[in-house]
Amino acid sequence: MSLERALALFFLLVSLIYGYTAFFIIDATLPPYAKLGAVWPSSFPKIIALIGILIAFCLIFSQSNSGEKSAINMETFRSYHLRPALILLSMMVAYALLLRPMGFVISTFSFLVLGAVVLGERKMILLMLIASTCAVGIWYLVQQVLGIYLRPWPWFLSGGF
Amino acid sequence: MLEGLMLGLSTALSIKMILMVIGGCLIGTFIGMLPGLGPMSIIAIMIPVAISLGDPAAALILLAGVYYGAIFGGSTSSILINAPGVAGTVATSFDGYPMARAGKAGKALTIAAISSFCGGTIGAILLMGFAPALASVALLFHSAEYFALMVVGLSAIAAFAGNGQVMKALAMTMLGLMLATIGESALFNMPRFTYGIMNLQSGIGFITLAMAMFALPEAIFLILDPTRSKSRTEQRSEIKDLRITKEEAKIIAPVIARQSVLGFLIGVLPGAGATIASFLGYAVERNLSTKEQQKEFGHGSIKGLAAPETANNAACTGSFVPLLTLGIPGSGTTAILLGALVALNVTPGPRLMVDQPEIFWSVIISMYIGNLVLLILNLPLIPYIAKILTVPRSYLIPFILFFTLMGVYIGQNNAAELLILIGLGILATIFRMANYPLAPLLIGFILGPMLENNFSRSVQLFDGISFLWERPMTGGLLFIALLLISLPTIRGWFSARRNN
Repeated sequence: MSLERALALFFLLVSLIYGYTAFFIIDATLPPYAKLGAVWPSSFPKIIALIGILIAFCLIFSQSNSGEKSAINMETFRSYHLRPALILLSMMVAYALLLRPMGFVISTFSFLVLGAVVLGERKMILLMLIASTCAVGIWYLVQQVLGIYLRPWPWFLSGGF
Repeated sequence: MLEGLMLGLSTALSIKMILMVIGGCLIGTFIGMLPGLGPMSIIAIMIPVAISLGDPAAALILLAGVYYGAIFGGSTSSILINAPGVAGTVATSFDGYPMARAGKAGKALTIAAISSFCGGTIGAILLMGFAPALASVALLFHSAEYFALMVVGLSAIAAFAGNGQVMKALAMTMLGLMLATIGESALFNMPRFTYGIMNLQSGIGFITLAMAMFALPEAIFLILDPTRSKSRTEQRSEIKDLRITKEEAKIIAPVIARQSVLGFLIGVLPGAGATIASFLGYAVERNLSTKEQQKEFGHGSIKGLAAPETANNAACTGSFVPLLTLGIPGSGTTAILLGALVALNVTPGPRLMVDQPEIFWSVIISMYIGNLVLLILNLPLIPYIAKILTVPRSYLIPFILFFTLMGVYIGQNNAAELLILIGLGILATIFRMANYPLAPLLIGFILGPMLENNFSRSVQLFDGISFLWERPMTGGLLFIALLLISLPTIRGWFSARRNN
């Protein structure tokens, strides 16, 4: 199955779940007064869901008819550097989870240094210098200039979570 | 109009606004030069900064400056290293790069800058004429017409998506509309589609979605395919003489005049935008040229360079017409600008000219200033700005990822939003691998609440959906929408029959 077709099926599934929620779940939880008006909170979503299902079928049907090759073939896919991409994405998840407990400066410094190392950077001193300047500089810019609070240091240095 | 113009001049010529234009243009040029990073990603990254300014006029001027700068930066990388940073400047590389290889990089950059300046300036003059006229017509619209107009806008974006892409673009628009209904709705005061997840209660953030659709997939593709970010220093041409001769100026003058008008008109159409304008401009000038001149196209023709450069800048200006007068974004970039304005409590539309004329006119005036900045400040700085092309990808990519994360975190101050960003970003990357256009999703997401509000208001007013056929303009607009969607399919069907 081509990726395009799989995504068309995914879109159909999303439209079905969305439609089920609009037709059954939202309507079931509506208070009686909300049902008095000409428009219900579920009216617009119901229309979208129906059009979505129709488009999904058109997509699936047109792709099975055209017999076109997928936009991405296995050769292109194999040439992709998947490993560094997956590592960097995992690092982004770790950054999101550790940003508050570890503080902005340490999380950012580690993210930038490790990210560059994953991509093949080996000039460690220069890299650490740039990463630390960036982490401290941006913290200063965001907190002091833009006035948005960002905890700079880990929880044990800043008095709890 | 004169009053408005004076008001715009007084707002736009303040030191703060001029600094915004200069800053925006410089940042845009700087980042737009990086191959693989489009104006949508750059604007998405800049939104938190613009919103934090708190002043809608300043925010829009900054973002518009970034937009022009990014297009100009894209032209520079097209000319110097044959790596267009944005789709709108692909046609620039056809003749710009051969000129650079022939040792005329400086000349090519000057022609590009002058063409961009003229295209943008003539576009801004046309905008001054077009926008108030269109806004005065739009003031007559009621919610039913607005609803129909938005449906036309969404259909046009899908219809112009390209061959075989119409259904995909429609599917993405629907996904955008679905995402827009998640969370507490202002109209009904109850949460929808949250499935018990607290973080979805206030809906998906616009910045999160913009970053997930544009900045993150671009960065992921740079990791997946290292050839996209090659700085190709070995191919970089020396920038020496920036001057052009009188004869060359005479040759490009009529091209600039024609393409400014053509580019602007294409830019006004929803969904068309700078990319189509630049390719069409190139093709038109090639057809209009003499046989000898036609042979030069693709080998360093100055006409072939001036045409797409003028057209894409005029189209960028043209795309502001539906945004400022109807509140309908015609492209992904203007959709992001609309989102930023909504976040600043400004609703673009025909009332903008009446209620907040200082925003409307200062944006138009800042377009002149922006074009001037690009010509007199950015052009001489290009040899220095071009040094960014030598930044290794091992530094570039972690920084882009970091700025994407920071943009969302600053905007929402919520770590869970970062996880939503990563999830949506991965999904967007997969969609892009299968050639699904992502801009319609964002446009659907931004127009979603307005579409639902106008629809609901009309249904309440008419106590049903009779407004669809009782109001002639609504019916007419919806018919145009249907025509727009079905035309590519009918055309494809006919050409298939002819081939058989």
